Amino acid sequence: MGMTMTQKILAAAAGLSEVKAGQLIEADLNLVLGNDITSPVAIHEMEKLNKKEVFDKDKIALVLDHFVPNKDIKSAEHCKCVREFACKNEVTNFFDVGEMGIEHALLPEKGLVVAGDVVIGADSHTCTYGALGAFSTGVGSTDMAAGMATGKAWFKVPSAIKFELTGRPKKWISGKDVILHIIGMIGVDGALYKSMEFTGDGVANLSMDDRFTIANMAIEAGGKNGIFPVDRAAEQYMKEHSARPYQIYEADPDAEYDETFVIDLSELEPTVAFPHLPENTKTVAEAGEVKIDQVVIGSCTNGRIEDMRVAAEILKGRKVKKGVRCIVIPATQKIYLQAMEEGLLKTFIEAGAVVSTPTCGPCLGGYMGILAAGERCVSTTNRNFVGRMGHVDSEVYLASPAVAAASAVTGKISEPSEIGC
Amino acid sequence: MQAKGHVFKFGDNVDTDVIIPARYLNSSDPAELAKHCMEDIDRTFIDRVQPGDIIVAEKNFGCGSSREHAPIAIKAAGVSCVIAETFARIFYRNSINIGLPIIECPEAAKGIEAGDEVEIDFDSGMIYNRTKGAQFQGQAFPPFMQKIIAAEGLISYINGKK
Ligand code: SF4
Repeated sequence: MGMTMTQKILAAAAGLSEVKAGQLIEADLNLVLGNDITSPVAIHEMEKLNKKEVFDKDKIALVLDHFVPNKDIKSAEHCKCVREFACKNEVTNFFDVGEMGIEHALLPEKGLVVAGDVVIGADSHTCTYGALGAFSTGVGSTDMAAGMATGKAWFKVPSAIKFELTGRPKKWISGKDVILHIIGMIGVDGALYKSMEFTGDGVANLSMDDRFTIANMAIEAGGKNGIFPVDRAAEQYMKEHSARPYQIYEADPDAEYDETFVIDLSELEPTVAFPHLPENTKTVAEAGEVKIDQVVIGSCTNGRIEDMRVAAEILKGRKVKKGVRCIVIPATQKIYLQAMEEGLLKTFIEAGAVVSTPTCGPCLGGYMGILAAGERCVSTTNRNFVGRMGHVDSEVYLASPAVAAASAVTGKISEPSEIGC
Repeated sequence: MQAKGHVFKFGDNVDTDVIIPARYLNSSDPAELAKHCMEDIDRTFIDRVQPGDIIVAEKNFGCGSSREHAPIAIKAAGVSCVIAETFARIFYRNSINIGLPIIECPEAAKGIEAGDEVEIDFDSGMIYNRTKGAQFQGQAFPPFMQKIIAAEGLISYINGKK
């Protein structure tokens, strides 16, 4: 029987000619990732191991991004713990303040992940790298500790759902609308334990930044990973960012899928996920009058350069509505610099938005934009759970950078066409 | 191995943000995390939970962030087992890796109510509702995972492996 793209990568990493859904395997890892929240737990677990050294100092990435620059004393101590560990083990890819960015935007940009890789990260959005044709998935800190010491991880081989994308999205429709539409359709556990494999002619009409956004939110449908075929755009991206050789895997023509969905990208409309689950989607047209207090444009989902450009295009020559706080957070130092050189930061500031150094910050209710009781935020992040951005009685509405920027101008959930864009 | 206790019942999609809110993630001390376990979904949970008590939930328990702090907080709060219709996958593997027993059993998730007294036999996967006199067959772990659980988690399993 044929294998899916994910199964082929896992078979190769386990040294097997074939794997089947449900099979337990042990796979070799190309990269193990951790951040300032999850790494300290992993480091303490590693201390309990007989073997305390890392398996390969070049195949570990430690990124301080959630609560940095340190938000309080406890965060400072966590970062210090990771810094000391990185120093002691001579971890090549340690990214501290000044070099860091939000991990899932940073790693592809630094060329640390390429097609065919098997990557685990102690962060649920590690699935982002599927955009490059890699198998990557989120794990916990104990898995991270074991991965850092042994270079291996156990996996249950997943079955897959196929999403065949056709057509070309309309103006202002981005990867965020695609993935919110899919999660609305299949639910937050619609892909539980499974791979989400994206295929079809429509893929060519999605930029790499769109694909990162889509793969990033596979976990919001419960997926183990989300993965895209490696086409010219993906190869181009890897050549520009990485010196590492890559390996292209394709699904067998007779691979079995649990389900297949065909999605015509040209039919998609600006989409918003209402509180308190990413599956509560409506089109902006269906949203009704929802007044907002805050807008956040950033995160590992939508803090990339294209997101900055879209937001700036909408905010150019306009003002953030009085009474609304608009917070823009470029995801990495490189994106920050690029946004500065392109004049985007000036546009944001002139519009009355604030621009922050790269950080996860408000995405997980850390700092830099916490909501009070009763407040509402339109955010380009990926989760709108109860209390995710602050008070348990606050609300987060997930949307694309285009919708977020337009909403900042009107003070209510809006699409760009409402302000003449 | 067995567990016995009273049940705290939850619905679908209990996410790791309500199990342990991110505002407490600047600590990784189990006792400290336990103090805030379930705080954003049930403020009284931590005052009422007794050692050995059991959490029963519906679909997709533990969805969201990969924070291992979530199963750690539940275990440190004294919970002996979580039964759910389904678990989110990262929560599932984290629980195994830290040695928190979890069982998937849709029938038990439906047939058990808050406050019921429940007993679980982990070797057989049997779940007994002592209050209602019902019993359910939960899913047993595959041998590979049994080995990790028997070693009380992935770290000791690796230490014991040659
Ligand atoms: S931006 Fe948000 S979702 Fe992404 S890694 Fe940071 S906290 Fe997690």
